[in-house]
Amino acid sequence: MTWDNVEREVRIVDTSLRDGSHAMAHQFTEENVRDTVRALDSAGVSLIEVTHGDGLGGSTFNYGFSLVDERKLIAAAVDEAKHAKIAVLLLPGLGTVADLKAAADLGAGAVRIATHCTEADISIQHFTEARKLGLETVGFLMLSHMSTPDALAKQGRIMVDAGCQCVYIVDSAGALILEDASERVEALAAEFGDQAQVGYHGHQNMSFGVANSVLAYRAGARQIDGSLVALGAGAGNSPTEVLATVFERLGVKTGVDKDILMDAAENVVKPYITRLPVMDRSSIVQGFAGVYSSFLLHAERAAERYGVPAHEILYRVGAKRYVGGQEDMIIDIALEIVAERDAA
Amino acid sequence: MRKAIAAIVGPGNIGTDLLAKLRRSEYVDVRYMVGVDPTSEGLARAARLGLETSAEGVDWLLAQAEKPELVFEATSAKAHLANAPRYAEAGIQAVDLTPAAVGPLTCPAVTLPEQLDVPNLNMITCGGQATIPIVNAVSQVTPVPYAEIVASISSRSAGPGTRANIDEFTETTGHAIEVVGGAARGKAIIIINPVDPPMIMRDTVFCAIAPDADRDAITASIERMVKTVQEYVPGYALKAAPQYDEPRPGWNGQARVAVFLEVAGNGDYLPPYAGNLDIMTAAAARVGELLAQKKVAA
Repeated sequence: MTWDNVEREVRIVDTSLRDGSHAMAHQFTEENVRDTVRALDSAGVSLIEVTHGDGLGGSTFNYGFSLVDERKLIAAAVDEAKHAKIAVLLLPGLGTVADLKAAADLGAGAVRIATHCTEADISIQHFTEARKLGLETVGFLMLSHMSTPDALAKQGRIMVDAGCQCVYIVDSAGALILEDASERVEALAAEFGDQAQVGYHGHQNMSFGVANSVLAYRAGARQIDGSLVALGAGAGNSPTEVLATVFERLGVKTGVDKDILMDAAENVVKPYITRLPVMDRSSIVQGFAGVYSSFLLHAERAAERYGVPAHEILYRVGAKRYVGGQEDMIIDIALEIVAERDAA
Repeated sequence: MRKAIAAIVGPGNIGTDLLAKLRRSEYVDVRYMVGVDPTSEGLARAARLGLETSAEGVDWLLAQAEKPELVFEATSAKAHLANAPRYAEAGIQAVDLTPAAVGPLTCPAVTLPEQLDVPNLNMITCGGQATIPIVNAVSQVTPVPYAEIVASISSRSAGPGTRANIDEFTETTGHAIEVVGGAARGKAIIIINPVDPPMIMRDTVFCAIAPDADRDAITASIERMVKTVQEYVPGYALKAAPQYDEPRPGWNGQARVAVFLEVAGNGDYLPPYAGNLDIMTAAAARVGELLAQKKVAA
């Protein structure tokens, strides 16, 4: 039993309205948000994330401006949710405690605080304040493929000590393959014991989102992220409707209704998606080269602007080991390729 | 010609690198370095270089028969908030490298020499020193309704102070983009990258501009500004020509200029990749140089 008295062995968390913001180029309307939250809420999803794809304050030149102010979207989500809690994402270095307080004032009940997987100590300030605000707290170790299970456990420990209640292995690049995911989850679960939960956030760039999620559950993860119709960065996230169906088939209680989710995917979300997440050349390269999934649309835009192939840009992003947030370096790389071509 | 007597408070990495730079100055004589830890390597190093040093902090410094005319604060915001009134009372001009922001924000390429008589000058942030000159260069030519900067620094150059209060960076820099840079609204983003070997500091500046703004004049102004900053930060460079983009949906009808910068450190004490720390000490040394020049001329 958990905080909302629903019996579940794993909690499915939906991020269609946050990670999906990348795939929608941050063009969600208030109607999209209301319809999606209503459907997720009626399916029994207990935590729904709603924020700009890059988190609070993400509406910028670097990441793309939101069509509708995220605060309006958060308020609309809170208004629609009868049972579910609304979560917001915050990346320290971009969003601030002031942004978090504003989101809490709008009724957000949880915050997911994300850092690069080796830099957890920049989140201490935000976890401390989040707990003071009475928010449920979740930590994201982004691009977890770039670090080892032991090192990730140490970083997770920093978050837990700061007040984080669940630390996620976040496969931002869709680069983890099977035991890559479960070994990382296992290391965190062993480190935390019953002091905090472990979560798993997958991407489909190499098609392992759902399979990794099942292994993550078996390794001890108790919160698993999904998006309806996989709506998310890169080739998208583990589809929420598939996660619910697979866990039911495995006899693992999630407390959500798979049929309502399938209906929501078909009839609520699919009609408004402008670009269906797909494993195409660029997103497969992202998985292979270990590139932050949200770089996809930015690389496509730079490819068009400068006449260089998006996958070539993405291979270089991987080789230079740029991290989440360094979208500006995509233009830099495109310019570098153009300069090399002109010199040849 | 005489030199102005100066003190560095805070013998850590920043203070030590600043000392290396100021020792080359024609106008500044760094006579004192003080800290609070008797086992400090920085104090021992300064003593070996012939400075008078003490671990008794500002109490010791202010008790010296010959007081400094100029003090560089390389401690913490909290320490500077406590020390600033004491410097002021003793008539010592302060260059503040902490985020305390007791005095007005300063950026040598933009706000000097107008601030030479101000008793306490704040050096903003590393990202601010790197990017605000560019925002200012654009706003000298055309109104900038919105400017945004992205500073990427190597994990190894991100100190405990920055990590413990990263909001201080984003908020202070965002504010300075407006006040010093001249943008109507400013936004700052900082990214910490752990790649090994460490990446050299990178900064990107985006300014919203009118679609019909004079792009040649903007580029020329940016190039002039880069030369000005290079006078005190030799490793400051444009990575590419300024990039102009036509208005896109969501840009409120504005076009955009994007400027890609690299800041390599001078390698005085800190490693060259730590351009973020170097630009702080280089800018502070420049401010100190100009303040001292005025003092010795007086």
